[in-house]
Amino acid sequence: MSRRVEKIGQQLFSAVVVLFGLYVVAKIYVAGQFMLALACLAILAFGAFVYTSPRAYSYRYLFPGLMATLVFVIFPIVYTFAISFTNYSSRNLLTFERARQYFLEQTYMVEGGQSYAFTLHRDGRAFRVRLEDEQGAVFVSPPLALYTGPITVEANVPAAGDPPLAEPVDTKVLVGYLPNLKLVSFQLPNGQLVSLTGLHQYGAVSKLYKANADGSLTNQQDKSVLTPNMKTGFFETSSGEQMIPGFTVEVGLSQYAKIFSDVSFSQPFFRIFVWTVIFAGLTVLFTFSVGVVLAVLMEWDALRGRAFYQTMFFIPYTVPAFISILIFKGLFNQNTGEINQILEMLVGIHPSWFSTPFLAKSMLLIVNTWLGFPYMMVISMGMIKAIPSDLYEAAAIAGSGPLTNFFKITLPLIIKPVMPLLIASFAFNFNNVMLIALLTGGRPDFLDTKVPAGTTDLLVSFTYRIAFEDSGANFGLAAAISTVLFLMVTVLSLINMRLTKVNAQEAR
Amino acid sequence: MAIVLDKSHRWRVVLAHVLIIAFICLIMFPFLMIFSISVRPGNFASGSLIPQTISWEHWALAFGFSYQGADGVLMEPQFPVLLWLWNSVKVALLSALIGVVLSTTCAYAFARMRFMFKNSMMNGLLLIQMFPSVLALVAIYTIFDRIGGYIPWLGIESHGGLILAYTGGIAVHIWTIRGYFETIPVEIEEAAKVDGATAFQAFRYVILPMIVPILMVVFLLAFISGINEYPVASIMLKSTNNLTLAVGVKNYLYPQKYMWGDFAAAAILSGLPITVVFLLAQKWMISGLTAGSVKG
Repeated sequence: MSRRVEKIGQQLFSAVVVLFGLYVVAKIYVAGQFMLALACLAILAFGAFVYTSPRAYSYRYLFPGLMATLVFVIFPIVYTFAISFTNYSSRNLLTFERARQYFLEQTYMVEGGQSYAFTLHRDGRAFRVRLEDEQGAVFVSPPLALYTGPITVEANVPAAGDPPLAEPVDTKVLVGYLPNLKLVSFQLPNGQLVSLTGLHQYGAVSKLYKANADGSLTNQQDKSVLTPNMKTGFFETSSGEQMIPGFTVEVGLSQYAKIFSDVSFSQPFFRIFVWTVIFAGLTVLFTFSVGVVLAVLMEWDALRGRAFYQTMFFIPYTVPAFISILIFKGLFNQNTGEINQILEMLVGIHPSWFSTPFLAKSMLLIVNTWLGFPYMMVISMGMIKAIPSDLYEAAAIAGSGPLTNFFKITLPLIIKPVMPLLIASFAFNFNNVMLIALLTGGRPDFLDTKVPAGTTDLLVSFTYRIAFEDSGANFGLAAAISTVLFLMVTVLSLINMRLTKVNAQEAR
Repeated sequence: MAIVLDKSHRWRVVLAHVLIIAFICLIMFPFLMIFSISVRPGNFASGSLIPQTISWEHWALAFGFSYQGADGVLMEPQFPVLLWLWNSVKVALLSALIGVVLSTTCAYAFARMRFMFKNSMMNGLLLIQMFPSVLALVAIYTIFDRIGGYIPWLGIESHGGLILAYTGGIAVHIWTIRGYFETIPVEIEEAAKVDGATAFQAFRYVILPMIVPILMVVFLLAFISGINEYPVASIMLKSTNNLTLAVGVKNYLYPQKYMWGDFAAAAILSGLPITVVFLLAQKWMISGLTAGSVKG
């Protein structure tokens, strides 16, 4: 009995899931995202197949994880590639259709046209606008929500039986709604279009652009013609002047060409690349050196209180990094920072950590070593434990000291298994945008580059600045640099997999 | 170890202790300093490690109370630190939960079952777990910006969107859990099947209870990375009340408005609970760090 109930429950549940899925797909389709709707439908169909067909049994287990990986990891990566072939940026943000729509909605004031006094009246939660022209004719709008985008609505002569309007709102309320009113145009019964022209006034306007059959737009005021240029992503005048807003178009490889051949980009790009490699390499070197020395000490039986020491050493790893980094940012502050106060007291120097490139780089490495050595210590300890102790006994008989032990036994034996982890750490620090963003923000900047680029910027933080801090918000270029970085990480990752595999085979 | 000890041995031990303690002092210096700064009056005052006068103004402000200074000036708290902490914990908990739920069965299939494309899928998984989400930042921003146009609670400036974005860490989880499954002998499931359990029952009632420890580890690691995540949160969240701790606390240290003392109190207040959780879970974390990475 309970089995049957369970089965019916399962079927009901699947039916609900499928129906909900179809509803979502329909919604996406209605929203105009055809490709996305298709993709969702494919996932839904695949899911339905997997959970009903006995042949796809193991995929029932795989499905949640695989779909999540596909949607949340692979899709963003592919999308990044796709963006890198476009000119997507704050100037070319809209789709072609939306950009065209924008131009077609522009209006201009008709010279010598009527002007209309207007008042705003509450109608429940909505508002109605009352317009009165110079001859005293009155027009009233339907109730408006006043928070949607640009719209055109009809305003008509009120009929005799209509309920009277509420008292007009006072000026203070009116001023608050002006930005919304600016977006609303009214079409009067005679076809005249009116838009907001002053605090208490609407004026006769007409559409600035008229669409032509060939896709170009004619300016009704000065009769100039705007032609959409599908190469640059702008509507252009006959003299080639680009009108804002532009739209997003495919630009092929030109973003990549910019990185590698346009001197104003390639020069900072390569400088930053070199520093990125140095930064990641030195970070791995320093953290591993400190970590492995501590690990050796922590595995030394003669030392008492190791558990306590180990906990203390682990603390930098347990404090959230964004807090430690900011603590260091304050401590390194040139004028009020405690580190400079101590240095002043002890040796009388006052280094400017944030404005000298070399010092800023040193500071980053100091902080990152502090942040990263506990991890290296922990993984080295595991590997040192695995070294058979008779090796050290034999060495002791041969009379070797601790240094010889370390360099001839410990290090050679752990370097191989630890190598994949070192490469992973290299890859992580190669992309350590948090450290840079919170500590230096990439500054001090290069003085001789056209694009904002910092001496302490890593390639990722450089990308981050291009996309999210620079006013141009050049997403296309940022995506192109990201793609190059993806390739670099892939190479590192492949090397890593190769090494891991070799290690695993030797262990057998 | 049966090693004959020479005379220098004792001195080496002493030297090691001295060096270790000196090193601990060095790495603890920032924390001691920040504590002392948090009880110093004012935001610019400098002083010794042990403050001469103790003032709780920064702490009061960090807890969200206003504070009346000695000169009668009323100070209002600048930032909702506790709210940020709550936002962080909420986002990290939910994203860690989603991550574990989605990855467990998948990891089981990779460890135990045979299916088409298994090897290439595993290699692909290994490859993409190396990709940090910062590299896809532009795409993530665009995707959530577009989604937000239709579903506001999943768009930019929403915690729902951020939680979904964090689900991208799932490849690592699958890999870690899979490694643990391989340490469990297959005979256990076979025994369950002999007793009449279906494949799913063997997984659900026999194997799942056995892997709770690694699920805890993965949950914890995912929680930590959720709390610590900065780049994605910094592009998705903008308004003050919405921020997570990682993007919020930096607002204390803008050069134009430098609130060093207030920052110190806020940093301890928000960082301490997280640190305590991490320290308590230290053992698990270490096992997770080594388990996930070494088994390839």
